[in-house]
Amino acid sequence: MKPQAPDNLLLVSSSPHTHSGSSVSRIMADVLIALIPAFAAACWFFGWNAVRLTAVCVAACLITEWLCRKAMRRANTIADFSAAVTGVLLAFNLPPDLPSWMAIAGSVVAIAIAKQTFGGLGYNPFNPALIGRAFLLISCTGAMTTWSASNWLSPDAITTATPLSLVKETLKTGDPLPFTMTGPMTWNFFIGNMNGCIGEVSAAAILIGAAYLLIRRVITWHVPVAFIGTVIIYGLIHMTCSANAMPVHFHLLSGGLMLGAFFMATDMVTTPITHIGLIIFGIGCGLLTMIIRTVINGDYPDGVSFAILVMNAFTPLINRACKRLPFGRKK
Amino acid sequence: MNEWLTPIMWIGGIGAFCGGALALAAYYLSVPEDPRIEQVTNELPGANCGGCGFAGCADYAKALVENKTSPDRCPVASSAAVQAIGALLGKAVVASGRKVALVLCGGCNTEAIRHFSYNGITDCAAAAAIAGGDKACSFGCLGYGSCLRVCPVNCITMVDGVAKIDSSACIGCGKCVAACPRNLIQLVPEEAKIHVLCSSRDKGSVVRKVCGVGCIGCRICVKLSDGAISMDGFLAKVDYTKPPLTNEELVEKCPGKCIRKVG
Amino acid sequence: MKRLYAPFNFRGGVSPTYHKETTCNSPLRELPLPPLLTISMSQHLGAPAKPLVSPDDTVVGGQMIAAAAGMISAAIHAPTSGRVVSIGDAATPLGRPAPAMVIEPDGNHTWQSPLPPITNWREVAPRTLAERVGAAGIVGMGGAGFPTHVKLSPPADKPIDTLIINGAECEPYLSGDNRILLEHSAAVWEGAAIIAHILKATNIYVAIEDNKPDAVRAMEQAIPADLANASLCVLKTSFPQGSEKHQIFSVTGRTVPAGGLPMDVGCVVENVATTYAIRDAVINGQPLVTRSITVSGDAVAAPANLIAHIGTPFSYLVEACGGVSGTLTKVVSGGTMMGFAQASLDVTMTKTSSGLLLLSPSQVKQFTSQACISCGRCLNACPMRLMPAELSQYIESEDIANAEASFVMDCFECGSCAFVCPAHRPLVQHMRRAKAIIMAQRRAAGPRPG
Repeated sequence: MKPQAPDNLLLVSSSPHTHSGSSVSRIMADVLIALIPAFAAACWFFGWNAVRLTAVCVAACLITEWLCRKAMRRANTIADFSAAVTGVLLAFNLPPDLPSWMAIAGSVVAIAIAKQTFGGLGYNPFNPALIGRAFLLISCTGAMTTWSASNWLSPDAITTATPLSLVKETLKTGDPLPFTMTGPMTWNFFIGNMNGCIGEVSAAAILIGAAYLLIRRVITWHVPVAFIGTVIIYGLIHMTCSANAMPVHFHLLSGGLMLGAFFMATDMVTTPITHIGLIIFGIGCGLLTMIIRTVINGDYPDGVSFAILVMNAFTPLINRACKRLPFGRKK
Repeated sequence: MNEWLTPIMWIGGIGAFCGGALALAAYYLSVPEDPRIEQVTNELPGANCGGCGFAGCADYAKALVENKTSPDRCPVASSAAVQAIGALLGKAVVASGRKVALVLCGGCNTEAIRHFSYNGITDCAAAAAIAGGDKACSFGCLGYGSCLRVCPVNCITMVDGVAKIDSSACIGCGKCVAACPRNLIQLVPEEAKIHVLCSSRDKGSVVRKVCGVGCIGCRICVKLSDGAISMDGFLAKVDYTKPPLTNEELVEKCPGKCIRKVG
Repeated sequence: MKRLYAPFNFRGGVSPTYHKETTCNSPLRELPLPPLLTISMSQHLGAPAKPLVSPDDTVVGGQMIAAAAGMISAAIHAPTSGRVVSIGDAATPLGRPAPAMVIEPDGNHTWQSPLPPITNWREVAPRTLAERVGAAGIVGMGGAGFPTHVKLSPPADKPIDTLIINGAECEPYLSGDNRILLEHSAAVWEGAAIIAHILKATNIYVAIEDNKPDAVRAMEQAIPADLANASLCVLKTSFPQGSEKHQIFSVTGRTVPAGGLPMDVGCVVENVATTYAIRDAVINGQPLVTRSITVSGDAVAAPANLIAHIGTPFSYLVEACGGVSGTLTKVVSGGTMMGFAQASLDVTMTKTSSGLLLLSPSQVKQFTSQACISCGRCLNACPMRLMPAELSQYIESEDIANAEASFVMDCFECGSCAFVCPAHRPLVQHMRRAKAIIMAQRRAAGPRPG
């Protein structure tokens, strides 16, 4: 005769027996919600291409994630929305005319190599979307720096360059600055009426999403303030030292700075954990961004992605350096 | 021509310089070592399991040569290897029989009940610290695999909530013995095949309520075993210093179904 | 100054849903004796008490049935008259089985306390009063169960100037202390005066969180005129405001050094229920045999605050509150943040059982083994300013030495980190595991030199 277990087994676990209700999927869902304004702006400025790239990247990321987890025989994690966030962020970092197959290749690299080879969400040292972008930028430099002609400079001037690449050319050749940041031009930059990657052009839309993230406490102020603050200070110093320098608000509104500062450099997994660490991380991102933009005469006009990736590599070191002392302990 | 010759010469030059520097360093900076350490290391199995209590086979060999320990500490080495080490060191060694680890609990999920559902980290000691562990038997295998994670040869598997050790693969290092918070794992002679697979010291009436294969302290096996099984309180225990049990009647007659033939 | 708002507030902490409204207006109700009392010998921190009676002996109420075994231990008294049925191991609310005495009440409730009342306590030597507290078997009733007489006998080189009566009751659901403050305001002040007399403390604070305005008002009105330097300190509602070290910081701004005791900064903190018990032991000569307990949660029919005898089975308490309603998935002894989940309702209450919570599936969150996403929320929540994310990753990879170097031993398992963790990691259990391993290593290494 076998002993019988009671019918209704009680659940027993360690304390605490209550929870705040937060979850990883809720955090990721909040990021997706915060990206809606930027997506709307992308659709407004780039039309069908924005929808195409976003849909392709999200689908490719989700499928890659699902396949990787299946292959590794681990619990599937597409329901935590992290792969969807990676897909959207990668799409937002792509130029509107990029062929779909390249977007798919970038997504596969982002999820399979940058994330799942390390064990999935939580273990990846680098921001997967930025790895995907860096991969495309290096492998398909031509396609990644080709922008369809638009007339953002003035109603009759057609250009195929982004503001940053125009400025970079003048830095290299010593020509006079290609345009001035006057009132209407600043407005164009602010709302996103210029050439650029689909999700990064509209500072206005990104700021709306960032406000949502800050209110929901998904991100803290430390990285964006340190990042943008460093860019401002660097920009001011650069203006006083160089006659050929663009004004500070040009640097703030161009390239991927806003998207990077609020959505990429605030990725929890790949950034430091203490507040001081986050501030160091933000300052490093700002410095590297501006050095790449103004000092290095390389081919890449924008430094945000590489700055964040480089700082991602420093995250473990920053974490190690920024330990704090417990309550009641003295050095 | 220069386009490929120059780099070859440079790289070759750097390589030659570094190689030379290393050779000189190896000659002048070398630390003299007893050659027997290497010989003994070669005789040891190289499993680096730590069963001897040292940091690995090389460390154990060093201790052996320095005469700090005895050659029979390695649970993995064959008796021939132990004899060879003894010969190298000039010592007479009596080889003991090979021992393997055995989990003295047969209370799988279909036989031993769990009286609550545990939610937490998969570690036996951590699980045992919460309301005494979810297995209703307070002596039984919890099945959260603390032994499995320390096994250097991965010979432990979790079968239906109880750890099972593959005795053919077990090297007898004893790490699992130390890892089990309920002290269920014991090193037993490899030849022994009949065991009492229960460690419950509870009274029979208590055992029956929580497990279908527990020792109920009926003493039938004590009479059948010629003194090789004795009672320790309410628990029958096999004396492994005596010759291995062969009487299969023990298995058939055990009313608690806890005496079983293994392997 | 009679009422002051906490001038400081500790850093960190969380704000769980308190669920206090279900019981905070329910008056303390005395519960009759159950058919059998199972009295654990290990109701306090330190060595289990040594039984003084044997099976089949008869005992009278108030009789000491087990004596303190050593310095850090506490005596245990019979809650009623009856027969000792057996002495053997039984489950305790903390999870580890311990020796327990089963007493069958005879129904007469013959009561004969060995302790004479001391009404003129102002003229009695502090030492005598501290001994009385020990003789009454009083332990910290907030949850830790530290023997109170030890706390009340600080060494001569540690003068105490501040006494804080801890009425924070920061755990969700619990409202027993709140009821004592409301119903026995004058008695709590008298108890505080007795403790201050024992410690020669000059400042007395009763600290209450601002989510209990009734208790604040009642205690303010009851401040005795003859008690100099007595004030009411209103604390910000935040968990774990009831933690000794954090309350001392919130009230006085003093920081208890890590590994130190409140007496190192001239403070002693006593829980409200303990203070009330101390007054009872001194003025009425009553040993500690009953205590207030909140029975609450969404799976109990009629949540209530009870005064019950130690040794009463949890199932009896539940019956007294109308039984289980709906699906019961979790039983917690204590509060939901630091309480202990129970394997069954057969466990019996002890001197430290401040609550019994019955939770339905909707109130229960399962832990998972998801990876840490380094969001840093646990760092902001940790009142000890530890780094739980980092610690748990060390422990998961069996790097106990690094966890120790990162001060895992400073963790007091308040649960704030696991409460906020979006990955639902069992952080507290990781800390407990590491602490147990380190304690075992230290024991194996023998007493530390010096």
